[in-house]
Amino acid sequence: MEVTRTLVAWCADWPLVAAGVPLDEPAAVLRANRVVACSPAARREGVERHQRRRDAQSRCPELVILDHDPAAEARAFEPVAAALEVLTPRIEITYPGACAFPTRGPSRYHGGDQALAERAAVLVDSALVERGPVRVGVADGPFAAGLAARRHRPVAPTRVVGPAARLRGDPGEGPPAVGSMSGSASGRSRSRPGSGSRPPERAPAGTAAARARDLVVVVPPGASPAFLAPVPVTVLADVDGAEETVALVGVLERLGVRTLGALAALPLAEVVGRFGAAGLRAHRLASGLDARPPATGPAPVEWTLSAVIDPPAARVEAVAFVARGLADDLHTRLAAAGSACTRLVVGAESEHGETHERVWRTEGSFTPLAIADRVRWQLEGWIDGLGHSALRPSGGLTRLWLAPDEIVPAGGRQLALPAGGPGMVDPIEAGDRAARALARVQGLLGVEAVRVPEWRGGRGPGERVALVPVAADDVTESRPASRPEWVPEPWPGWVPDPAPAAVHDPPLPAQVVDAAGRPVRVSGRGEVSRPPAEVVVAGGRRRAVAAWAGPWPCDERWWDPETHRRRARVQVATDGGPAYLLTVEAGRWSVEATYD
Amino acid sequence: MARVEAFAGDPVNGGADPTGLPRVRGLGGTAGGAAAAVSRAPAVEVGPARLARDRCLPVLPALEALVPGPGLRRGTTVGVSAAPGVAGTTSLALALAAGASQAGSWVAAIGLGSLGLVAAAELGVALERLVLVADPGRDREGWAPVVGALVDGFDVVLVAAPERFRPADARRLVARVRERGAVLVAVGGDLPGERSPLGLTVTAARWEGLGHGWGRLEGRRMTVEAGGRGEATRTRRAELWLPAEGGGVGAAEALATPIPLQAVRDVGRSA
Repeated sequence: MEVTRTLVAWCADWPLVAAGVPLDEPAAVLRANRVVACSPAARREGVERHQRRRDAQSRCPELVILDHDPAAEARAFEPVAAALEVLTPRIEITYPGACAFPTRGPSRYHGGDQALAERAAVLVDSALVERGPVRVGVADGPFAAGLAARRHRPVAPTRVVGPAARLRGDPGEGPPAVGSMSGSASGRSRSRPGSGSRPPERAPAGTAAARARDLVVVVPPGASPAFLAPVPVTVLADVDGAEETVALVGVLERLGVRTLGALAALPLAEVVGRFGAAGLRAHRLASGLDARPPATGPAPVEWTLSAVIDPPAARVEAVAFVARGLADDLHTRLAAAGSACTRLVVGAESEHGETHERVWRTEGSFTPLAIADRVRWQLEGWIDGLGHSALRPSGGLTRLWLAPDEIVPAGGRQLALPAGGPGMVDPIEAGDRAARALARVQGLLGVEAVRVPEWRGGRGPGERVALVPVAADDVTESRPASRPEWVPEPWPGWVPDPAPAAVHDPPLPAQVVDAAGRPVRVSGRGEVSRPPAEVVVAGGRRRAVAAWAGPWPCDERWWDPETHRRRARVQVATDGGPAYLLTVEAGRWSVEATYD
Repeated sequence: MARVEAFAGDPVNGGADPTGLPRVRGLGGTAGGAAAAVSRAPAVEVGPARLARDRCLPVLPALEALVPGPGLRRGTTVGVSAAPGVAGTTSLALALAAGASQAGSWVAAIGLGSLGLVAAAELGVALERLVLVADPGRDREGWAPVVGALVDGFDVVLVAAPERFRPADARRLVARVRERGAVLVAVGGDLPGERSPLGLTVTAARWEGLGHGWGRLEGRRMTVEAGGRGEATRTRRAELWLPAEGGGVGAAEALATPIPLQAVRDVGRSA
């Protein structure tokens, strides 16, 4: 039952810190119209993770909305990982914003876990340059260490918001088990009940070491199960967003198993019998063990794959394309041996011999897409390093290697059965093929060139679906916003079906005249001055109007003087030609869409 | 235990699980991984005989009358255009891709910057498998490699403005499409210097439902003619509702005598 003693350094609200947003301003990062992270100021206003954009804005109208950009987050995290490299060469990046390393060697060198953790906190803090808070936790195993790091997050005591805040456990002050933690840490969380969720203020007279002590939680060796016991089971879903885990947590809660201690107290065999592999994992984590039994030994050398890049690549896209092939190759080989990779070393070498290596860890197992993502993140951080010109490679990249560091038996993922029937295609194969082709296109045209549709709420045909850029590796991920069910109800006042086949952005200028050749106007009461007789689109030829309907007035965002729009829409069918959706706004006509 | 295995062996059991139990994807370690590897092998190569319909991408039922054979033959180019002064090219191209898209194929569109995505969804294109690629620019050299890369990975590639290709590039592209088994839909006509094996032309289109100050666009009655080379030489013609009322594509009943209907409407309007 040996568990690796691990240190986790965690930067709270990393997506916002990476975007350079001050944490005392309300801001949220959205992906597919849902909040993935929000600043403490926004949390105080009631913004939560998984909220829809409208709900978040309704709670906090001045909310600054940012797009989710994992690559930029990883790039910004590179200096943090680099700062910790003076402690140990084996920094594992769990995801941008959190990294971990085993403490066994470094702890002895620096004089104990507490000293090491404080040193790590000082290093990360100086790398962050006051941009955001950092927390460090040391415990047996990465799961407990991660919780120790997060648990210390200051939250306004009267308001429990968001899943992240639930990490605190019961709304009362520190639960009994916390007493086993280092005294200074739990004492601090009590002494600052009113600090809200602001980043921790630096005590003006305090030394760097005293500040660092405030940022650190060390769970003594062997005390992890007691530390974990009062924590609610929902943290399992927060740590690992996999569908199975979320469903498992839901069932556990309904069964009355609400804390990790209660889960750990259940007999392992019964949990596995009921919940299978996901239950085994959860039970091990709750008991303070690693998610899997420890690997029997280091990965054999022959798994390491490397590729020579010729000519040397200066752009990340070109390397990402190579990485994709390498990742596919590695995955195929591992799958053939019934194995999967959970920790991976990604390395690259420039033409002048500089090398860059990072260890990446994942909670599940690495898919080829996930590997290619990590390569892209790491190399973007290295090549476009933030202001660390000395650390950047001086030439193009010539070699890339992937070395699996921890190999486990594959979880036995059930692939979809090949679809039957003529013309049906294997969905996984088709998706992989498309992702590879898009990686190539992104290498040619840049990352922004590839866009996928996403449903949004809206009235106009161009507002109901938005195009968002996508990394080639994400294109086959499940994207719920690309399904029509994402917007359950039509908005009142929307343009009725069928939708136009061409939507013009920006709208094309148009002229609409009546039978006498005078411009048609729409009054404030929504009446046309004369029936339209002819339209001219974008300076083209005159087309006679065969039939028309409208005007349908539309008064949007009247509460906001800057984005307020008042317009009227008219449908027009021309003789023999296309039908148009015309918009008149401030007396000016334009073609919003063409029914081509 | 038996219960868990029942779920594990039932991958089609969708997200809505009435018991509320978490879906457990298999328990076996090594066996599962090996099974995964086996099912990834290209099963298509195994069969001794390959039926003609296996080499086709399905089309919507309403469009079956327009294509020779059971669907769009893989490895070919389809030109979609409209007679002068008639609209409907974009809708027809989307409808053509919809059948394959519903069957699980991925669709890429390039150069169609103003594509109406709601319309695409209504006509039956699965948006989760649709990717739009930005215009590679005015530069004619930029188009061929990008479209070539897309043809490698997508079953259906919609390309706007085929006149942007040089004839030499178009010839190479057609060869690549044939080799990869994709279907290239050229929106707006044939590729320069190439005559598509199948060409669809909108010859007449008329919107229904719109009056003079009343009503709304409801559906469009469209006449499409198909011609081409080889098995598509014989001209086919179909009357379609594209879009049909409420979205989608429907076959229109042959309208033998449209004139009386027209007359009744005119009387109604002038009244």
